[in-house]
Amino acid sequence: MKSEKTPFMKPYEEELKSFSFDISKNELGYKDGDIINIGEYCTDRICRMGKGDKLALIWEGFSGEEKRYTFNDMRQLTNSIAKFLRDDLGIKPGERVCMFLDKVPELYFGFLGVLKMGAIVQPLFSAFGPESLLTRLQDATTSAIFTQKKHLPKVRNILKDLPSLKHIIVVDDDGSKPLKENEVAFNMDKAERVDSFDVFPSTAETPSVLHYTSGTTGKPKGAQHVHYSIISQYITAKYVLDIHDDDIYWCTADPGWVTGTSYGIIGAWSNGATQCVLDAGFKADTWYKFVEKNKITVWYSAPTAIRALMKEGTDAVKKFDLSSLRHLASVGEPLNAEAVIWSQEAFGMMFHDTFWQTETGCIVVSNYPGMKIKPGSMGKPFPGIEVTVVDLKTSEPITKKGVVGMIAIKPGWPSMIRTYWNNEVTYKSKFQNNWYLCGDRASIDEDGYFWFVGRDDDVINTGGHLVGPFEIESALLEHPAVAESAAIGKPDPINMEVVKAFISLKPGFEQTKMLELEIMNFVRKKLSALAMPQEIEFVDSLPKTRSGKIMRRVLKAKEWGEEIGDTSTLENDM
Amino acid sequence: MKDVILEYVRNEYLEDGDDREVNFDTAIISGGIVDSFSMVSLKVFLETKYNIQIPDAKATPEAFDSVNNIVALLKEFGIE
Repeated sequence: MKSEKTPFMKPYEEELKSFSFDISKNELGYKDGDIINIGEYCTDRICRMGKGDKLALIWEGFSGEEKRYTFNDMRQLTNSIAKFLRDDLGIKPGERVCMFLDKVPELYFGFLGVLKMGAIVQPLFSAFGPESLLTRLQDATTSAIFTQKKHLPKVRNILKDLPSLKHIIVVDDDGSKPLKENEVAFNMDKAERVDSFDVFPSTAETPSVLHYTSGTTGKPKGAQHVHYSIISQYITAKYVLDIHDDDIYWCTADPGWVTGTSYGIIGAWSNGATQCVLDAGFKADTWYKFVEKNKITVWYSAPTAIRALMKEGTDAVKKFDLSSLRHLASVGEPLNAEAVIWSQEAFGMMFHDTFWQTETGCIVVSNYPGMKIKPGSMGKPFPGIEVTVVDLKTSEPITKKGVVGMIAIKPGWPSMIRTYWNNEVTYKSKFQNNWYLCGDRASIDEDGYFWFVGRDDDVINTGGHLVGPFEIESALLEHPAVAESAAIGKPDPINMEVVKAFISLKPGFEQTKMLELEIMNFVRKKLSALAMPQEIEFVDSLPKTRSGKIMRRVLKAKEWGEEIGDTSTLENDM
Repeated sequence: MKDVILEYVRNEYLEDGDDREVNFDTAIISGGIVDSFSMVSLKVFLETKYNIQIPDAKATPEAFDSVNNIVALLKEFGIE
């Protein structure tokens, strides 16, 4: 028997009329001009509400070990981390502190601890290879990095190119191997609990989180957010994910990416929710067992994972008691209609698709609890955020229903990106005609539902993560056999897209299966497994413009079976 | 064959200095040593090394979850 709850959000049309972000401010006890610190709002504030003994985190590692922390534990431990950074290491407000950790408790509490002492937290996916890590740490001139023993070699390998990196904090050092200069051990569970800490008096526009995201050209960009973002993240977690006080919530995203911080940390804990974290690789049985064991009620996951579960079939679901589940939501890439329909059959309820991106900081278009779901649709704009589709050339809103345009948002929602780190020019280029342009194309139907069409650029969305083709192509060119390269997204039934590389070889190299494997592993180790081409096609030459620029769209059109379009600038035939 | 695969997993998927114990029964997929994206490179390695084609339907996280599981899968292709 599913637990029934009245959704926090009123029926959509009704909510649209009355909603303003003042609701969020009032509930959080924030008034314009007040001090606002995400770290404090997610820990001390919840304890002051009388929830200090409530479980904040139930964590399970890949070998089944479990740790539990209350909100009071979290308050004290985030204080310990903040004090360690400020007093022991001398980190100053505004400096960048990177979290390069698996999904261990230190990642979650470290994130909030950094914010509490006023530094900017820079989460990075722990599967990144040394080159991906280097690019992002150099750009942010990061001062300190939290990591684990197993990732330490990657940091050591690039240290000579990072003059600003003064402190490498190892959270699981056991003393078995000596640490090097600039390396320091910090064992959170054994650290002295700090009951009282003077939280940095950040205000609305104080920088908080720096998330790196990929673009078509150039290096990854650091999307800079501010402490005021919590106004959006709190209320969208409450209204869209419908997190109630007695819910047990599981966000499967890694905090190396924005979902894992906006809704795996800030949204959940600003609502005082008990959340579960599973630090293990994907396996359907393991996931279902985790839901069953922890009686998870609200589950926020990704289409890639849902399609992988779907592949295992409904029989796999039936082996477990998943009756605790009452609300399912999804993010990362469009959730196809088949997956929505399957979830109804498998779990007795539909996954609610949500749309947003690193730059928006919070959900901006979604399917809401209680609202009719049109399987395959993105849903409708979150109340208080004006979203439309605009003409690709004029950036004027498209009024005709069903016509495809660029998704555009009226600037001003609380968690909007404030700039790209060191890259104001690119930031400004995202705004046209007083709209923020998302880079995604969609149409709006006669009922106001949005329907995703695709990216408007060459960025590859694989498993819900954006990967820039330029970064992959640059890495490929560093391989001694590669003369030219192009990377595109290739359709994939599980991950929506996977990376496919087209490569022409230098003279003297022969295309073999072994060389293909060598190149795949070369990119994986340099960048990450996400960026590794899942397929390599060897070609004699690549299609180029007369000015020598590789035309990825020609390769992509062929791969997707689409019209190639205008080829008047094409230099050569493939 | 078992040793060759184990050695490959250790060399390719563990960072230098990562001293996690990996044996024939270690859960390499669900244990987070080889993620779902990297699994493709492990599949290509097996196909190249043993000159076989593993259909996608057989290349599941379960079938690749340990060296012993992989060995069992390869037996289906007549590789002993």
